[in-house]
Amino acid sequence: MSTYPWKLSVFLSLIVLFLLYSAVLYCREYKEVLPADVLAQDGKMIWQQKNCVSCHQLYGLGGHLGPDLTNVYGKKGEPYIKAFLQSGTTVMPNYHLTENEMQALISFLKYTSSTGISDPNSFTKHNDGTISQ
Amino acid sequence: MMEPYHNNSFPNSKSFLKAGLVFLMSALFFGLVAALQYVLPGIGKEVFSFEKLRPLHVSSAVFWILMTAMGTVLTFLQEIKPFPNTTHRLVKIQFYLFEISFVSILVSYCFGVFGGREYWEFHPIFSIPIVIGWGIFLVNFLTNNKTLKNQPVYVWMWTTGVVFFLFTYIESNLWLIPGIGNRLIQDMTIQWKSYGSMVGAWNMLIYGSSIYLMDKIAGNQKYSQSNMAFGLYFLGLFNLMFNWGHHIYTLPTASYTHIIAYGVSMTELFILGRIIYLWRKSLTFDRKHKHIQAYWFLYAADIWVFINLGLAIAMSIPALNLYMHGTHIIVAHTMGTTIGINTMLLLSFAYDVLGKKQAEIKISTNFKTAFLVTNISLSLFFISLIIAGVLKSYWQFNNPDSSYTLMLNTLRPYFYVFFVSGLSLVFGFMLLIIPLFKSK
Repeated sequence: MSTYPWKLSVFLSLIVLFLLYSAVLYCREYKEVLPADVLAQDGKMIWQQKNCVSCHQLYGLGGHLGPDLTNVYGKKGEPYIKAFLQSGTTVMPNYHLTENEMQALISFLKYTSSTGISDPNSFTKHNDGTISQ
Repeated sequence: MMEPYHNNSFPNSKSFLKAGLVFLMSALFFGLVAALQYVLPGIGKEVFSFEKLRPLHVSSAVFWILMTAMGTVLTFLQEIKPFPNTTHRLVKIQFYLFEISFVSILVSYCFGVFGGREYWEFHPIFSIPIVIGWGIFLVNFLTNNKTLKNQPVYVWMWTTGVVFFLFTYIESNLWLIPGIGNRLIQDMTIQWKSYGSMVGAWNMLIYGSSIYLMDKIAGNQKYSQSNMAFGLYFLGLFNLMFNWGHHIYTLPTASYTHIIAYGVSMTELFILGRIIYLWRKSLTFDRKHKHIQAYWFLYAADIWVFINLGLAIAMSIPALNLYMHGTHIIVAHTMGTTIGINTMLLLSFAYDVLGKKQAEIKISTNFKTAFLVTNISLSLFFISLIIAGVLKSYWQFNNPDSSYTLMLNTLRPYFYVFFVSGLSLVFGFMLLIIPLFKSK
């Protein structure tokens, strides 16, 4: 007996489920996270154009040469960030950003800090292997 | 009257494999230079800082995978059934589109033009030729495979890989829509959904090709038509579609994405269990195969699959993931899968397609040495990253407010091992790659 109809049914069922799951994720209203304001959006573009993620992480996702910056604004504040942006570090070059670009980047980091907490210490581990914050 | 068409004229399906090997050499070179930043921080930062070196390395590795996977599927398809002339013409267009756009992307990094996405990133303008090129690949594939009926599992896998790559690639560009791009959490969720599935898509092309190659070596289609093969394929497809959430357990996105990913990822235990069950058999280095270079790579990939799948399953448990996320353990896993599994399998295809034919083969001492150097170096490379990751994890949980630079300094001895083993890995790979360029 041919198993082709069964194989095709499983294949098509998985595709339908996948498309439904994708549609739910695209359309979901992220009520807990407001969109970034215009200055923070500009900052996000600078973050991308300078490829900051190659060295830094947001929520533990990104490079390893520099620290995770998700909550740097909340923890260290604007002057701390600005000092690094103005002079660079041993590893990070000075990008010679203008005052406007620095303000946009700081605004973006203020926004990322408002979206959640990335510190793994802030999670509770449960016996079933899940975690919650 | 039209001139007779020369199907083997440059570029053809084998040209993809040769171009892929050049991208592999580029990935090795830039990987090594980038690793220098870990042992000599700040070296050359004004000319080639890390934000240039990392994408040069990562994208070269992705181009190696994509070019070789496409070339292998096209070559194996022709072994099954010769292409019509129209397909040969389209293959040439496909080759030039990818070759020109991939080289242009690498050049754009040198001029500081980035897309700034984690982890496969480039300016979004390059997506246009890539999508057109992949569309041509899809046409070429479907023209020569009109039905799935009675097809072996590898044809199902290739079909899945070709279609899903295009879908997930387009999905990875959804951030360009302002409603998505300006919401960080939604943007990151969709980004990791698309990238997670995209890796699954190109793995379908690679694993499908490895099953085709194993059939060819065995001389029958017993496995590729078996219920077990199809069962594992559907399990793989299920994971490709739904397990990507294990990359973002700490991201404050919809919690059901985490629960689904956790549950789905655990089904991979079945694959791990099967590997252990067949352990003895899979490690038997059959005498009749020991003269086939391609088989050596399949054999190495088998061991790396076992190691990396075990690590992947551990990483998919949220409570364990918490200790590994954001550390070099994730880098070790990425390197282990990209080099240990994907590159070993892709080299097996390259040796099958570009290497000397079986009858002429006598495994040389050079080949054996290069093969051993590569795998031993990769083991040291992998272990050094795991140790660095464990130490970083300890720092994250016990001393997160201390200086990041001081933490990196404590990891430096392991970065030295990482760099030296990386150097020896490059040496081993070069010995394996260079002979392939001598073939016509």
